[in-house]
Amino acid sequence: MNQKGPRLGEPASLWRMRLVPIITVMLASALPLMLPLVASSPVLPPLGLLFFLSWQLLRTEMWPVWVGLPLGLWDDLFSGAPIGTAVCLWTAASIAIAYAAQRIYWRGFFHDWAIGALLVAIIQALAALLTHPHALTGRVVALVAPQIIVSILLVPLFLRLTGKFDNFRLKRR
Amino acid sequence: MVRPAHRRPGQSRKAQYSLFVAYVIAVTGAVAGLLLAVLSVVDPVGFAQLRVASHEVTAPIARVSRSAIGSISGIDDAVSAYVGAGSQNRRLRKELAATRRQLVATSSLQEENRQLKALLKLQETDKTAIANGYLLTSTSTSSKRIALLSIGRNLGVASGQPVRGADGLIGRILGSGPSVSQVLLITDIDNIVPVRRARDGLPALAYGRGNGDLDIRTLNIANNPFKPGDILVTSGTGGLYPPNIPVAIVVRRQDDGALARPLADPAKVDAVSVLRPYTPENAEAQLAPAPDAVPEVPKAP
Repeated sequence: MNQKGPRLGEPASLWRMRLVPIITVMLASALPLMLPLVASSPVLPPLGLLFFLSWQLLRTEMWPVWVGLPLGLWDDLFSGAPIGTAVCLWTAASIAIAYAAQRIYWRGFFHDWAIGALLVAIIQALAALLTHPHALTGRVVALVAPQIIVSILLVPLFLRLTGKFDNFRLKRR
Repeated sequence: MVRPAHRRPGQSRKAQYSLFVAYVIAVTGAVAGLLLAVLSVVDPVGFAQLRVASHEVTAPIARVSRSAIGSISGIDDAVSAYVGAGSQNRRLRKELAATRRQLVATSSLQEENRQLKALLKLQETDKTAIANGYLLTSTSTSSKRIALLSIGRNLGVASGQPVRGADGLIGRILGSGPSVSQVLLITDIDNIVPVRRARDGLPALAYGRGNGDLDIRTLNIANNPFKPGDILVTSGTGGLYPPNIPVAIVVRRQDDGALARPLADPAKVDAVSVLRPYTPENAEAQLAPAPDAVPEVPKAP
């Protein structure tokens, strides 16, 4: 009985359960700056934000509501937006998801998509407005509008991907 | 179907307090983040170092992926090229015919210009670059247009230096780390370049639109003198950008100026050079070998 090593059917290690979500979000935030892509407009969807929202929609109680502070700071370092933007907006999104989880007791796929879409749209628009406070509001929103539409269409894909990562995270030995 | 959350902590005081504390941390942190964001908009230089440090981490991966894949040229460009292919073809044929005629005239002007310059004994201004590098990657998820340059302080790159490609102006250095530096592209909304029309020296300002194009606005708004095909070069006004670097070509007129497309596409440019900032001292140093020269850089006749 006192043999070393994992036993059959034992739950996944605590480290894996905790680190997989954090690492996916952090990698997704830093990924655009690892690709050899010099963009002339915001062409990529906010990958880090989409994973962050998907994890919280899938596992509402996994993270405390303040998890947006460190993860948002990490995203700010790579996104190019002024540092502090994602810290504020991501945490606000966490609180919004926690609130929605209390109001809508049994959330379905379309609930999740709607909540994710709404949050992505608000966060991207507000982040752009915070980045360029002196520019015309309409122009700044129009600049990120195509990116917001693509991101909204990609929310189901990211929910699926997060589900795959979640299966890996909880896989029993 | 998502499992419902059990946010109610029940009767346990400890659970109630820890949930309350989590919310207090979240709200204070969010407010602090907002203040930080406002602060970093007001003083971008202070936080640039922090960001450059993080880019140092991803730069090696960007170098490897760039050498493996090569540069992915603008995705949005490829899409819009498909849409506008027919009208573009027609326009280009027309332009080609006009350019052929102009080429003949220009070659004679060039010769004349060379002779006149020799007469004036003007020295070519010091156009040597501080260093040459290439653009590794850029921010592509936010509305800020910052590219990562493959060289940094190790080759003397410092913030405020202009960056140009072979075709024209790319931007200016925002911050530099030990081995990489950030370039704020001229298409960024917050970047303004003083330009003049190459043909007649009409002064104007080029504002980035954030989507790869530039807004050109004249200083007097009484009339709109721009025509499609006008070439704009830097004027050197206000320092920073040295004069006579090509910037953009006017695509179409607008109510308050013109819409222009940068001549150097950062997505397709291969190598870029970092230049000395055009400050009064630098300009005087450049003119020092020829003290009797006119203070302004000569324009083509």
